Amino acid sequence: MSREAAPAIDLPYTKRTLDNGLDVIVHEAHHVPIVAVNLWYHVGSKNEQPGRTGFAHLFEHLMFEGSANHDSGYFAPLQAAGGQLNGSTNTDRTNYWEVVPTNAVDLALWMESDRMAYLLPALTRERFETQRDVVLNERRQNYENRPYGLAMMAVVAALYPPDHPYHWMTIGSADDIKAMEFEDVREFFRTYYRPANASLVLAGDIATSRAFELADRYFGDIPAGVRPAPVSATAALDGERRLVLEDRVELPRLYFGWHTPAMFEPGDAELDLAADLLANGKTARLYQTLVYERRVALDVSAAQQSRELAGFFVLAVTAAPGASLTDLAAAVDEEIGRLEAGGPTAAEMERAEAQAEAQFVYHLQTVGGFGGKSDQLNAYNVMRGDPGFFTRDLDRYRLATREGVRAAAQRHLDPGRRVVLSVVPRGRAADALPGSVPVSVS
Amino acid sequence: MAREPVDRSALPALGPPPSFTFPGIHRHVLPNGLHVRTVEHTSVPVVTFVLQVEGGSGADPETQQGLASIVADMVDEGTGSLSAIDVSDALARIGGDYDVDTGADAISFSLTTLARFADRGADLLAGLLTRPSLRESDFARVRQLRIDRLRQMKDVAPAVAERAFLRLLYGRHPYGHTALGNEDGLRTLTLEQVSAFHAAMFRPSQSVLVVAGGLRHQELLAVGERAFGAWTGAVGAAAPPPPASAIAPEPTPRRIALVHREAAAQSELRIGHLAAGRRTPDYAPLLVMNAVLGGQFVSRINLKLREEKAYTYGARSGFDWKRGLAPFVLSTSVHTASTADAVADAAAEIEAIRGSRPVTERELAHAKAALTRGYPSGFETAAQVARAVSQLALYDLPDSYFSDFVSTVTAVTADDVTRVAANYLDPARLIALVVGDAAVVTESLHGLSFGEPQLLAVQM
Repeated sequence: MSREAAPAIDLPYTKRTLDNGLDVIVHEAHHVPIVAVNLWYHVGSKNEQPGRTGFAHLFEHLMFEGSANHDSGYFAPLQAAGGQLNGSTNTDRTNYWEVVPTNAVDLALWMESDRMAYLLPALTRERFETQRDVVLNERRQNYENRPYGLAMMAVVAALYPPDHPYHWMTIGSADDIKAMEFEDVREFFRTYYRPANASLVLAGDIATSRAFELADRYFGDIPAGVRPAPVSATAALDGERRLVLEDRVELPRLYFGWHTPAMFEPGDAELDLAADLLANGKTARLYQTLVYERRVALDVSAAQQSRELAGFFVLAVTAAPGASLTDLAAAVDEEIGRLEAGGPTAAEMERAEAQAEAQFVYHLQTVGGFGGKSDQLNAYNVMRGDPGFFTRDLDRYRLATREGVRAAAQRHLDPGRRVVLSVVPRGRAADALPGSVPVSVS
Repeated sequence: MAREPVDRSALPALGPPPSFTFPGIHRHVLPNGLHVRTVEHTSVPVVTFVLQVEGGSGADPETQQGLASIVADMVDEGTGSLSAIDVSDALARIGGDYDVDTGADAISFSLTTLARFADRGADLLAGLLTRPSLRESDFARVRQLRIDRLRQMKDVAPAVAERAFLRLLYGRHPYGHTALGNEDGLRTLTLEQVSAFHAAMFRPSQSVLVVAGGLRHQELLAVGERAFGAWTGAVGAAAPPPPASAIAPEPTPRRIALVHREAAAQSELRIGHLAAGRRTPDYAPLLVMNAVLGGQFVSRINLKLREEKAYTYGARSGFDWKRGLAPFVLSTSVHTASTADAVADAAAEIEAIRGSRPVTERELAHAKAALTRGYPSGFETAAQVARAVSQLALYDLPDSYFSDFVSTVTAVTADDVTRVAANYLDPARLIALVVGDAAVVTESLHGLSFGEPQLLAVQM
């Protein structure tokens, strides 16, 4: 495959900023008569304080319960119009989206703007308490009642010190959620849910001029607010931290965690590539060694978790019945050592480049929803201030080199400074790596 | 610039609905008997192939549960001189997105790739599906991984519930197990059985190939024909078993069963019974009825269990469609303390929509609008289109199905909804399953009108 033969991969857009500071970005795609509305607020669990964890996510739930001029649930009118809608919260941002038929764009914008401008009059103590219980059930379902569901909480708690905003996961601690006060909601809304702290994308079957006109009509009158000061925090490990967590699982699993560069920083894309070539898919080195050849592991996976303040690299491997975690850890160390010494092969880089190109093309297929074009434009705008970062993002992968990947692995995947968590079946703490300290997560 | 003020006294009215032309499907039959359906889809230069082979997990012999699925998993373990790793590498080099779905009635293999790699993708897919290596060493590894995976799933409450509930619904019917099968069956499976299943089921005359993407019909067909035209299927293979859809399941009475899960934070619930096959003439009214009852966020069941009672993060119901008799199932996961109340509330909603609290005009209008107005949004990607067309093939539905869908659903009346609720939902046959902490919930379940809870072991 030659690089020149590949067609241009592009995500065109137009951006304007309203007088109140709201960024508006428009992308036209007329294939299907739908429009994606995608709104990011630059607030996430990184803006929380210890003891108040989980608040940003609970707040997201409240945004669907009604606003002053539509004082009931947000799903009914939008779904009755043929729309889909959802929202999500992570450490760095909260997003809300609708995908609606073209005749319901006014409806979606009316509702998004109404909750941005007039949420509080509709927010009752009863709605708050109900959603607090719903979130506690979400936590039980997705974390507490799920095998290995608490592992990442233990990993991030060990990677980051208690006052670092990545010390906790976005879902928050159950005790903090139970202790949340209705009164805190107003302050949170007034601080973070302002036009100056938000970014709106309209993508799909709509003319750019009309999209800007509608955005201005519905959002232009909302007072700007003050853009909150950026959060900053640092973290480092000065050695290897070994931990053990007993859980309701059949098979032990090892998690490795390292501090790595933040999203889009030098080394971020290279570590993403390193994750794939080490652990993702059947061609990955650790899959071949541990799952395919030696059959001592059931699965292996890795990811560079790119985030705004800092990244972390996580690698997980599940032991096959009878396999020892010590043996698996040695095999992981050996493969990482080999990568740090010799880097990827030319064939591995070619393959990675082909995969990256295809993934970027596949991401151009949908206008809305999580990961659709509207969500990508907002990610680039909020995290880079540049919705046009799409092509430069792809170039990070196209232009990555063997030496770049090798050097990033060597610099960041240091066996002497990392967290290693052994998750073992209850009552089998002795199966953990030697020297592991028990942790309790709930 | 003066800004037109926003009227916030009422939600803005919807404009006239946009028109949408659904993708045209061209049908072809290759000389070897393979049915090919092509769809032009030009927004992004990608191509999706779906090859659907008759006979999914419903074709598993009773003592070989998991066979269809392991065959499906074995085909990408190698072909010709390519090992499993080589196959993965070849897929990655064309940015291929390869997926396998073993359903109850068919196995679907799909591959999406960039349009300029269409021929390479089709060749690779054809090599895997029609000439898989099926080597003993790969089989031993794949089978062991599945057995280990089953063992792990003992801790996954939704997986435990799915398996136990299928058994409660279907008993020993061929639809009564998940595609993954069970440990006992997997342990005794042999490579010979895998090869025999492949030879019997993977035949051009029993398969459909769908090709959707950014090329013209003739080019899409040509790509498919170059890759699959020479496929003959095995000579002298055994005849396939009679389809599971032709076998009538045993009737089941109302009851409640419990799988114990020590100190579970939540109870995983399933409530339902066998109801209808996909080709029922009442498909559209059943869709509308389900949307009102439990098929969407604003359904009666979700509003009751989540938004009013806060028992759960969410509750949904639906039909798990098959060619043969398929179940209506309500699924949710509730706080342990709310288990019995959640079962009672859900059962009451199922009962009520049959007549005591019939669908309102408002609910009806909402459900029909939600099902129809957003319908075009499901045709955005080549993969969505290809999968939708393969579903038409699976259920032998006409090519006009997509363009008829909106008018068919719009024609459903409130009387239709009440009629199908009364005819297809039957409280006397309602089965409830709780996967949760028996020590905490058992006593409360006695108070429900489902009889004595029956304690089941975790079966994997």
